[in-house]
Amino acid sequence: MKILVAVKRVIDYNVQIRVKEDGTGVVTDNVKMSTNPPDDNAIEEAVKIKEAGKATEVVAVTVGEEKAQETVRKALAVGADRGIHVKVDGILEPLAVSKILQKIVDKEKPDLVFMGKQAIDDDCNQTGQMLSALLNWPQATFASKIDVKDNKLEVTREIDEGLETIEINVPAIVTCDLRLNEPRYASLPNIMKAKKKPIEEIAASDLGVDVSPRLEQLKVEEPPKRKAGIKVANVAELVQKLKNEAKVI
Amino acid sequence: MAVLLIAEHNNKELRPFTLNAATAASQIDSDVHAVIIGQNSAEAAKQLSELPVVKKVLSVEGAHYENFTAENFAPVIVKLAENYSHIVCSANTFGKNLMPRIAAHLDTSQVSDIIKVISPDTFLRPIYAGNAFATIKSNDTKKCITIRPTSFEPCESTGGSAPIEKVDASEEFSNTQFIKREEIKSDRPELGTARIVVSGGRGMQSGDNFKLITEIADKLGAAIGASRAAVDAGYISNDHQVGQTGKVVVPDLYIAVGISGAIQHLAGMKESKVIVAINKDGEAPIFSVADYGLEADLFEALPQFMEELNKLNTIQK
Repeated sequence: MKILVAVKRVIDYNVQIRVKEDGTGVVTDNVKMSTNPPDDNAIEEAVKIKEAGKATEVVAVTVGEEKAQETVRKALAVGADRGIHVKVDGILEPLAVSKILQKIVDKEKPDLVFMGKQAIDDDCNQTGQMLSALLNWPQATFASKIDVKDNKLEVTREIDEGLETIEINVPAIVTCDLRLNEPRYASLPNIMKAKKKPIEEIAASDLGVDVSPRLEQLKVEEPPKRKAGIKVANVAELVQKLKNEAKVI
Repeated sequence: MAVLLIAEHNNKELRPFTLNAATAASQIDSDVHAVIIGQNSAEAAKQLSELPVVKKVLSVEGAHYENFTAENFAPVIVKLAENYSHIVCSANTFGKNLMPRIAAHLDTSQVSDIIKVISPDTFLRPIYAGNAFATIKSNDTKKCITIRPTSFEPCESTGGSAPIEKVDASEEFSNTQFIKREEIKSDRPELGTARIVVSGGRGMQSGDNFKLITEIADKLGAAIGASRAAVDAGYISNDHQVGQTGKVVVPDLYIAVGISGAIQHLAGMKESKVIVAINKDGEAPIFSVADYGLEADLFEALPQFMEELNKLNTIQK
């Protein structure tokens, strides 16, 4: 079984983002960037499945500008075997990314494609589902548990009402929840080894995919700030305020 | 052209957020049709027809729709989409799972999780876990929109009498099979729709200590929430998690106990009408969003809180 894992470079989740004054987006210059957190879970799961002898190869792929390659290098340092970097500049919508990934799937013929359930920058939560639609493959979104059984996967999904378990035939797409596993850290020797692992570079323009945006981002702004509240001295005052001032209890 | 609303239901009745999605749909265009796909879902279809904003109900029945599998739902909606300018549903796990599959088939760039309809082609949506708002204009002919349910009021649920039209089922997608669903049952109100939420964080120190929260929640008729840290520490099950990776809640009153206020938690609760923070660290970021902050040891404050509540003659439910 071969597993393709898609990873995205985003602003690190610990960074408090700042909106640009001209309203065109958020500040990304000199801001710490990392792999999208649930994409780390996707890589970890693929590597664990390979370590359990149930997969033969793990290929990490990213779509984006020059520096996006860092996320592939990081995936290689935690156990992916080789990488693919589809180079393209500018904002890409999930529809465009899923079309590019479709081309990579056609070429690589993986049995499984894993990725995070959502990117923490645009919060779209679309790419995995779109890719599985384009391929007409089954989709297991928001996965918090994956059991590999021959040519099937049993996947537990996090849904609003609780948990749902489904069985999907490979080839299939799985989008990973943060609860799926605990991603490992790359050790220094593995980081060094990862530098020798191959990363294939492909120009998005060579794939024959129209990636032009369909959406216009007219403005990005700060959300309205909450009015500064007050500190109360004790519990009695708090309950009195809730009862008589805010009138919520 | 009309707007097509995708109803969320459990085959017996509509799920509450369908009403919020109906409101959003009606803000895009007054001509709202609603599709309900299920198995023996006639009663839910009838409820849908009674929403005054819905002008027509399309009902699709089939055994393979019983468990709401996106792979089975998407082809039905793609076929119906021909007659509609917009397709709308809630951005909860049902809609998040389903809508992109429809959008990709229609070659449309979806607009996810909108919090406001500015015009039929322009929408406001949060990005970066609600730390910025983006105004997005869609240039696609057909627009696939998911809405954040808590940002739209539920529509009226009675008084309408839309005609119900049967639509043919599509073929089954056999590569995905439903096995089971484990719903978490509780006598308390559901976290996503509760009027009051009392949440505990890592400061609770153990699962046992959550009984301090439970007592107060029972007294107030509140739902129980938790921060990701409390869930990760195993104090409480993850269906209680409020935040970017959990549930987004907008209650009238949100009481955060022993929660520091990480960005990811704030994203899930900072639109609440009144926020109370109880934390012994006066510098905790949670205080920056709290209307009422109490700097105190929660193990002293919570029993006192309970005592004060017991003294009250009446408590709103």
